[in-house]
Amino acid sequence: MKRVAAAAVAVGVLFAATSCADQGIDAAAQAEKANLDGRGPITYVQGKDNSNVIRPLIDEWNATHPGEEVTFKEQSDQPDQQHEDLVQHFQSRDPGYDVAVVDVVWTAEFAARGWLQPLEGPMAIDTSGLLPATVAGATYGGVLYAAPQTSDGALLYYRTDLLDHPPATWDELIGACGTAQQAGIGCYAGQYAKYEGLTVNASEAINTAGGSILGPDGVTPTMTTPEAKAGLQSLVDAYRSGAIPRESVTFQEEQARQAFQSGDLLFMRNWPYAYSLMDGQGSSAVSGKFAVAPLPGKNGPGHSTLGGHSAAINVYSEHKATASDFLKFFLEKKSQAFFLSQGSLAPVRTDVYDDPELIEQYPYIPTLKTSIENAVTRPVTPFYPAVTRAVQNNAYAAIKGEKTVDQAAADIQSAIAAAGS
Amino acid sequence: MTVHELSEPTTESVPQPDSPAVPPRPRKGRSKAAMLLVLPTMILLGIVVLYPVVSAMVMSLFKDPTIDPATGKFVDQGFAGLSNYTHWLFQRCTDTTGSSVSCPGGTLGSLFWQSMWVTVFFTVVTVTIEVALGLWFATIMNRAFRGRALLRTSILVAWAIPTAVTAKLWYFVFAYDGIANKLLGTDILWTGDTWPARFAVVIADAWKTTPFVALLILAGLQMVPAEVYEAARMDGAGAWQRFRSITLPLIKPAILVAVLFRVLDVLRIYDLPAILTGGGGGDGTATTTLSILVIDQMRQGFNSASALSTITFLFIFAVAYVLVKVMGVNVIDTQEQQRKA
Repeated sequence: MKRVAAAAVAVGVLFAATSCADQGIDAAAQAEKANLDGRGPITYVQGKDNSNVIRPLIDEWNATHPGEEVTFKEQSDQPDQQHEDLVQHFQSRDPGYDVAVVDVVWTAEFAARGWLQPLEGPMAIDTSGLLPATVAGATYGGVLYAAPQTSDGALLYYRTDLLDHPPATWDELIGACGTAQQAGIGCYAGQYAKYEGLTVNASEAINTAGGSILGPDGVTPTMTTPEAKAGLQSLVDAYRSGAIPRESVTFQEEQARQAFQSGDLLFMRNWPYAYSLMDGQGSSAVSGKFAVAPLPGKNGPGHSTLGGHSAAINVYSEHKATASDFLKFFLEKKSQAFFLSQGSLAPVRTDVYDDPELIEQYPYIPTLKTSIENAVTRPVTPFYPAVTRAVQNNAYAAIKGEKTVDQAAADIQSAIAAAGS
Repeated sequence: MTVHELSEPTTESVPQPDSPAVPPRPRKGRSKAAMLLVLPTMILLGIVVLYPVVSAMVMSLFKDPTIDPATGKFVDQGFAGLSNYTHWLFQRCTDTTGSSVSCPGGTLGSLFWQSMWVTVFFTVVTVTIEVALGLWFATIMNRAFRGRALLRTSILVAWAIPTAVTAKLWYFVFAYDGIANKLLGTDILWTGDTWPARFAVVIADAWKTTPFVALLILAGLQMVPAEVYEAARMDGAGAWQRFRSITLPLIKPAILVAVLFRVLDVLRIYDLPAILTGGGGGDGTATTTLSILVIDQMRQGFNSASALSTITFLFIFAVAYVLVKVMGVNVIDTQEQQRKA
């Protein structure tokens, strides 16, 4: 009796598991064509609105769009939890999540699952005034699946009291480390703890050296090319020689900022958010003594890794026309300038960076523009979690000297190949 | 007088309830009513315990979806047999040509046995430390002295703090320019190198859970009547002899319960190493436990993650079974010894 019941449960679950997955993609394909001109109230979902940017924008929208009000659903401030929450709602085909904000590295995965409305035909948005890298980050298989919302690019912070001008190339940077030694401080640090930030830093080194992690097809790994290996090697060499201090393998963004802020570093790679925190604050030892430059490259600016978020329409939304208008509202110059002034979030429109008034207020934005213009997206692949894991684990081992660069590159190569099969 | 004789007063001092020689036979109507009373609980347990376990096992028999190159969309791969299990147990991965190869370094598949080893290492080391320290704390707390209640309360504070907060606390302690390095005058990469990272996890775990073990043992200690020690002292037994021959055997059940609880806890440890070290250290995987591996794998594919969680579940279940078996015998033994003597 007991066994029969257990077997029945097992068989039932088995059928449920096989059948619902098969229906998923078909249902999504049908949903792509439905409700394109649906108008009505929608729900907007994103992570915690820490600097109160979203609420004022939504209030403004609601005041001018009666009958198409936007409700804000705020998620946690942890990216992993936001991802999990979106997966659960998309998987259950919840039409209640009309517009959702996706991290640039999630777009490919969600698009491949058929959860995002392709922004084609009546759903298309004008991307001509946007920074190209941000559009590339929202594109999968040649189709735009989300509207870029905010961006992010890396900056090289350097000490103006110790240096006259920033290094333009990586070799110049390493050459300037003698100055750091004389001052008795560390030379250069980024984020080399084993987490997503390491993938960001490692891919910057690889892209700057002219290599790449994945080929343009988004499938073929390209880690064993001489350029890719040279990129990884530059980090390994700098760590071994002490140009990158040994404690930086425990650094995330904040630890690096604290080290630079207390005057212990000559150069730091970090996001723009650190600028206002270190400038004009009593606790900062470097206030007024630092400036920013683009990441150093081979001959000119290096390639930052693109950060940021896009807004996507749920394929099961019932009011897609309203959702589409709402995406366009975020892309207006006024909204983009508000993202910058209220939340220190990097805009995706080029013209915001050229506004003299804003430049006076935020002296780092022309440099940030250069950074994002030269930015490269992290691998756009539905298997991103496996790719970033392979890069993190192997780059970490290589930097610490536990693995040769050749071995690490070969392992990343075959790990990525194994991920997609 | 042997030690066994010493323990005689224990059984006598406990008042025996006057139970009838033969227990009353349950009547038929009553057993039916009992069934009805138990049934809702059984159903609830079935839903909340059985269903997830069974569905995880079923899921583990299917392949993770992969990309159809023509459309760029995920497609299901169908039945996998036991290949998700062999993937973990024999660390076999498939390469692009579809043939089975040994999992490349840096993939989760290559980490299974290492994570198993790390998990067992944490279990053995932390439980040993916690029981040793807990025993010591408990004996101190068992003495009568001023402020005993205060000490007992304060020792519980560490246990009352949520693990995630504990982990964050120790994360700051073990930061490169944190308190640990400043106090010791060292420049150890606590979360970056192999053994320092493992050591950091062990310390944080011992700090948090030793109070719990101490309290369990203290409860056992308080069951031991003072007269036994009195008698032993009269007979000239030294402190060490009293501890070895009276205290230890009598609090053995309490210790074994503590061991069981802690072993099962550490075997599924996730939050402490995940927050403290991110599963890193050494080559980046020195503190990756089985649970960290499961959570990481869930982001890459539910089906192979289900296989891994099923393996982990069976492993912990087996350990629990063996422990309960051994413990059950031991508890009965100690009581038997007491009675016989």
